[in-house]
Amino acid sequence: MHTPAILSVLGEDRVGIVAAISRVLADSSANIEDIRQTIISGIFSMTMLVTIDEEKTPFDELQRRLTEVGEEIGTQVTLQREDVFRFMHRI
Amino acid sequence: MHNISPEEIVETLLMITQQNLDIRTVTLGLSLQGCADPDIEVMARNIYETVTSRAEQLVPVCEAVSAEYGIPIVNRRIAVTPLASVAAATAATDLTPLAAALDRAAAEVGVDFVGGFSALVHKGTGDAEARLIDSIPAALATTERVCASVNVASTRSGINMGAVLRMAEVTAETARLTADRDSFGCGKLVVFCNMVEDNPFMAGATHGVGEPDAVVNVGISGPGVVRAVVSSLAENADLTEVAEAIKATAFKITRVGELIAREAARRLGVPMGIVDLSLAPTPAEGDSVADIIEAIGVERCGGPGTTTALALLNDAVKKGGAMGTSSIGGLSGAFIPVSEDASMVRAVNDGALTLEKLEAMTAVCSVGLDMIVVPGDTPVETLAAIMADAFSIGVINHKTTATRLIPAAGKQVGDVVEYGGLFGSAPVMSVNGWAGSRLIRRGGRFPAPLGSLRN
Repeated sequence: MHTPAILSVLGEDRVGIVAAISRVLADSSANIEDIRQTIISGIFSMTMLVTIDEEKTPFDELQRRLTEVGEEIGTQVTLQREDVFRFMHRI
Repeated sequence: MHNISPEEIVETLLMITQQNLDIRTVTLGLSLQGCADPDIEVMARNIYETVTSRAEQLVPVCEAVSAEYGIPIVNRRIAVTPLASVAAATAATDLTPLAAALDRAAAEVGVDFVGGFSALVHKGTGDAEARLIDSIPAALATTERVCASVNVASTRSGINMGAVLRMAEVTAETARLTADRDSFGCGKLVVFCNMVEDNPFMAGATHGVGEPDAVVNVGISGPGVVRAVVSSLAENADLTEVAEAIKATAFKITRVGELIAREAARRLGVPMGIVDLSLAPTPAEGDSVADIIEAIGVERCGGPGTTTALALLNDAVKKGGAMGTSSIGGLSGAFIPVSEDASMVRAVNDGALTLEKLEAMTAVCSVGLDMIVVPGDTPVETLAAIMADAFSIGVINHKTTATRLIPAAGKQVGDVVEYGGLFGSAPVMSVNGWAGSRLIRRGGRFPAPLGSLRN
């Protein structure tokens, strides 16, 4: 089952954030469909649209791995199913 | 990004992390009609087995949905068929074993409250209903998770005044039996006019007889989100702009409710019922309906202008919500429980908010006289008269009204009671001493109003 999800990362800018997150996604067979990134007053903000292959890596397992790497690099990483955003902002 | 902008993503995240956006409750409604048995012990066992088997997956499903969508689901609850109708099968006078069975079942499946120790007596009190009402004080005193509710009035039938007085006595008795917990038993007891069949919110949730065997109903939340939006408007924004902003926000909150309801129902394999659009406050800082009223421009909740602000809020929430779901139901009106809303408590302490103003507010929103602590020595006739006033508003205006009054044993005006958690704490409010005791003692039935003749 391929599940679209939104990954958001908030934290202090530092070397290797994109690399660390991308590595977890690649290792988990999650594909990055789109990526947007900005730095506002030194705060790193990135949102990604990813597609998760739940047969290879279940949703909660990927969430656990991302939270772990988020803690290592000192950023807040959130992974949510994409439809929550679609539902909230579109009819 | 599927046309979702980073700004929209950040807006959603801020609503959840900073403005207390959550789903207040996912409530599984269950029919217990099939549990009836002449032997009350057998009936209790049937109830336990039905609830534990049908609700087994409720908590795990809600936890998974909550984690995957990143939306907190604060409460998972169960509503059952009003038990008086099931209890008609037995001649037992003490129906507390049925409450005990519900309590054990709720604990087993990990839900904090189960609603439905209930009776409908708006036109007359049947034998089973009388037995259930008599059992309420002991049931609430000896269980943790069971909630009771009784419908004593409706627009179509008027007010059963005898039942109103009886419920005032039951409230007082429940307060006495739970005196060691500041009469908290009364926090689990709601008396209704025009009770709805699909209310997901405690303590008044039941599973109406017109419902399917099982159904998932969702209650949204979000006073914090609405307050943040109103506060972000320009100081001189006019009321049309305020209503527009609330409407747009209510749409978003409702959409989240609709999504969670659909997904929870799908995973539980039961039909989705309704999304209840009530804004439900919590004692958390900022998650307050009173704060919205003050953000709209009233100096302190309860002051002149409060009813206007609340009416505007309630109407705008419905208009926005109506675009967000085709399944509006339940109570769908802002809640104004005093103890559960820190700024309501502050307004009472400041002398801005009185029982009489809360009654006026009831006319333009949902269940008005809610979680109100009054002196423990308040006469039952006075309690009944306060209830009757609230129900008259409901009967005449074709709306639900309800009371959850707590005559806290041994407490006087100025004392404070602490219930903790979502129930918060509250000052004991003063009660007008000029009650209509003689009116209440007349009994009989307040006739259905002319407005009920719609056919």
